[in-house]
Amino acid sequence: MNVVMFYLLSAIILIFSLLSITTRKILRAAVYLLFVLVATSGFYFLLNYEFMAAVQLTLYAGGIVVLIIFSILLTSHISHKFKHPALLNLLMGAGVAVIGAGVALYIIFNEKFTANGQPELPVDMTAIGTQLLSTEKNGYVLPFELISVLLLAAIIAAIVIAKKGKQEEKES
Amino acid sequence: MSSTSTIYDFSTLTGSIDAALHNWMSPGLVLTAELVLVGLIFLTFYALLGLFLVYLERKVCAVMQNRYGPNRVGPLGLLQTIADLIKLLMKELIPIRKADQFLFNLAPFIVIIASFMAIAATPFAKGLQAVDLNIGVFYVMAVSSLGVVGILLAGWSSNSKYSLIGAMRSGAQIVSYELSVGLSLLAIVVFSGTMQLSGIVESQADGWWIFKGHIPAFISFVIFLVASTAEINRGPFDLAEAESELTAGFHTEYSGIKFAFFFLAEYINMFIVAAIGATVFLGGWMPFHIGNWEAFNHVMDFIPSMVWFFLKTFFVVYLIMWFKWTFPRLRIDQLLTLEWKYLMPISLINIVVIAFIVLMGWHF
Repeated sequence: MNVVMFYLLSAIILIFSLLSITTRKILRAAVYLLFVLVATSGFYFLLNYEFMAAVQLTLYAGGIVVLIIFSILLTSHISHKFKHPALLNLLMGAGVAVIGAGVALYIIFNEKFTANGQPELPVDMTAIGTQLLSTEKNGYVLPFELISVLLLAAIIAAIVIAKKGKQEEKES
Repeated sequence: MSSTSTIYDFSTLTGSIDAALHNWMSPGLVLTAELVLVGLIFLTFYALLGLFLVYLERKVCAVMQNRYGPNRVGPLGLLQTIADLIKLLMKELIPIRKADQFLFNLAPFIVIIASFMAIAATPFAKGLQAVDLNIGVFYVMAVSSLGVVGILLAGWSSNSKYSLIGAMRSGAQIVSYELSVGLSLLAIVVFSGTMQLSGIVESQADGWWIFKGHIPAFISFVIFLVASTAEINRGPFDLAEAESELTAGFHTEYSGIKFAFFFLAEYINMFIVAAIGATVFLGGWMPFHIGNWEAFNHVMDFIPSMVWFFLKTFFVVYLIMWFKWTFPRLRIDQLLTLEWKYLMPISLINIVVIAFIVLMGWHF
């Protein structure tokens, strides 16, 4: 059953990633991207790593894709279609893709993956939480705080950009 | 706790079904059969629940407005919604020539799949839960955030300005109110120390969190009610489909069974929200227990756990319906002000207070 699910999810990811870069309608590309991200969270469920799966769903599928779709809704009209890319761009893109796939496949096939015989660890939410805020060895409190400061700065910057001055508002 | 042991545990029933299937099938086939079985049960439950909730909404609305409501088809008008359903099924599906056909047809399914995934984690009775993930609350939040994608797609692909405006409003609304819903649920997660829904229910064996958690728990219950009413796009927050200005909002261009999908998903989402609220704040299937009153608790255990669950859930459903038929609709700027300037700060402060209470061990 797991093998069947693995191939099903892989097929979904492969097909929809291809579709999302070849479609000429922008919102369809976003929806195909959504399918890819949801199928990826399916992999995490398959690995019994439910926390990661739920994070994948909320952050990527529920957050980022919704933002992308929202901005498309604001900016693009339904009748808009992308033109076919120029032949040179197409060839160069294909070349880079082939080289990238080649390097990845070369590494994967030359690496011996040995299954680690250790028993499966249950994913404990409490453990994740304490590890994230621990100041001891292997604790993640510094990166955690750094990221939160970075996000705060980003939010303030976004508000400053979006905010109109009082003068401008009166004129318009 | 000794007093809870008298409650009938549904896992004995499901366990015996599982054992019986294993007796005359191979393990792989059993898994497939059980998947199909659970799926069929949920589909039937879904359809019946949808029909009943529409009937209930019309009856509650009628009570609020001092009328009778549906009373001609069947006893007490009970068959009215079935007649409506047959009418909906026979309606023509109107294809929109200038719409994006693929996305237009996909949108209702995304909405309905999101609510299906959320209902899977609901604990209906002791031991009766399709999946009991250890991140239960977080999982429900995660999958319910997928529904908004369907609404946005429906609005955009209809190629109609009413739909587009409705979808934009609904998107802004759901994305912002999701935060308050999450924070108010987090309050109880802090109290009970677990995200697992069955664990949260078990932690209320000596009293429901709304009683045990002092005033902060009550505040987060109120915030949960307000924010989740907004998240399921119901009145007084139904700007997305404000009839008087946007005809029907994001589903203006849908007809027949596709419209019915949106309609059904909306009612089921209301049920899911009520079920989560009842589970987290009002004890789910846990009977009404008071601390150490063994005799009293024992009497309460005689009422089956499923009855408790549905009583509480429909109590919350009734509250949500009551909101819709008594409050006037908010404007979009009022709606966003309510969330970002009032509910969000209050729930953030509330969580800090709750964390303090839990650290000091002041809760029961």
